[in-house]
Amino acid sequence: MDALTEAFGLIVSLDADLFEILWLSIRVSLIALAISATIGLPLGTYLAISQFPGRRFCVLVLNSLMGMPPVVVGLMVYLMLSRSGPLGWLGLLYTPTAMIIAQVILITPIIAALCHQVIENLHQEYRDTFYSMGIRGHRAVAAYLVDARYALTTCILAGFGRAIAEVGAVIIVGGNIDHLTRVMTTAIALETSKGNLELALGLGTILLALSLIVNALVISVREYAAKHQYA
Amino acid sequence: MPNSLLPIRINNLCLTIGERTLLRGVNLVITEPGISVIMGPNGAGKSLLLRCLHGLVTPDQGTIELGLKSVIQSRDDQAMVFQHPILMRRTALQNLAFVVPELNKTKPNVILEALESVNLLNRAHQPARMLSGGEQQRLALARALLTKPELLLLDEATASLDPASVVMIETLVKAQSANGTKVIFISHDQAQARRLADEVIFVSKGEVAEQSPADIFFSRPRTPAAKAYLAGEILI
Repeated sequence: MDALTEAFGLIVSLDADLFEILWLSIRVSLIALAISATIGLPLGTYLAISQFPGRRFCVLVLNSLMGMPPVVVGLMVYLMLSRSGPLGWLGLLYTPTAMIIAQVILITPIIAALCHQVIENLHQEYRDTFYSMGIRGHRAVAAYLVDARYALTTCILAGFGRAIAEVGAVIIVGGNIDHLTRVMTTAIALETSKGNLELALGLGTILLALSLIVNALVISVREYAAKHQYA
Repeated sequence: MPNSLLPIRINNLCLTIGERTLLRGVNLVITEPGISVIMGPNGAGKSLLLRCLHGLVTPDQGTIELGLKSVIQSRDDQAMVFQHPILMRRTALQNLAFVVPELNKTKPNVILEALESVNLLNRAHQPARMLSGGEQQRLALARALLTKPELLLLDEATASLDPASVVMIETLVKAQSANGTKVIFISHDQAQARRLADEVIFVSKGEVAEQSPADIFFSRPRTPAAKAYLAGEILI
């Protein structure tokens, strides 16, 4: 109970260490999310509306990648970025950039697979009408993305939820270095092992609050879309 | 101005899906402008015929010519209104503006006039999918007409609509036909066919069984199938 009280004290007093960790977590996750959305949304849309040999296999692979173990991704990125790895010359290991790369690999398949499902359903619905109206190519793709905006927003929020809560990959490629690559999840793991429960609980409370906010946003977006028949 | 998609020549159109032969060598020539109503029992192949004409379904065999054009070449000169209108997840106004983006920039009034023509101006900023069934179908028709089609295809577009919406759609269709658009309309409603049709194409068991001027079809149908259909007997 004392630990919990002290944890709230850290939050209320705007503890500098705590907010440094919080800011880095949000920054890394948002950058990873922006990159993943930029790759995942067009990829999911392309797989949903195009026809080519092997498309179903690609969808199968994409869906399978959604469940990739984060530590395996962390290990892969580590091997690529380590001094002896093919990208070792970039010197990115144990930097926020390495954490962003790991998160991008983790959440891009999630956003792409969810987007694929959303756009495929919409494509089934709109296909004949679009054909009839002569809507094709980039106009059709843009229309799908606009009309699925609420469903896609929930996909992106799901990706953010996964990114901000990620620990396995970022601890391997980030190294959990104080004032450099320490994010909320890795800090919680470290502080708990050190017995510093105040900071761990404070960070845990913020992480939980972020998760609640993201879920509340997802529900609000869904309800708004359903209410206005935009779902 | 003469309609460039006339005459429509359908030659030996065949389509089999799975084990079922749905179109059995359909031969049809439509030379006259005006409104052709396709009638026939459920499962006769009316909608498939219309979908082949529009290019939504590719037949296994046979040819379709619209004037000097193929189905693909005539794609932008055709519009189709489906039994269940699919409207985009946008407002009524945005649904129309999306189809004609250039017109929306240069002459936005045309789009408002299109909404007014189907009595939906007061619904312009409402989500289209929140409109009633009749309103949605009127919006779908307005959207189709905005593309200024030379051939307008309607697949049971007034089925299960309220009488006011039916009258409004029929009025618009007649006006469009009078302006030179060729209209092909599938309907099960004999009263509606009598009101609209210049000619009736009767489809039965995947074939065109009869094609006659409307007054002759309703007064002296030639085929036993058409007689039975008009008498209300089930032909499936």
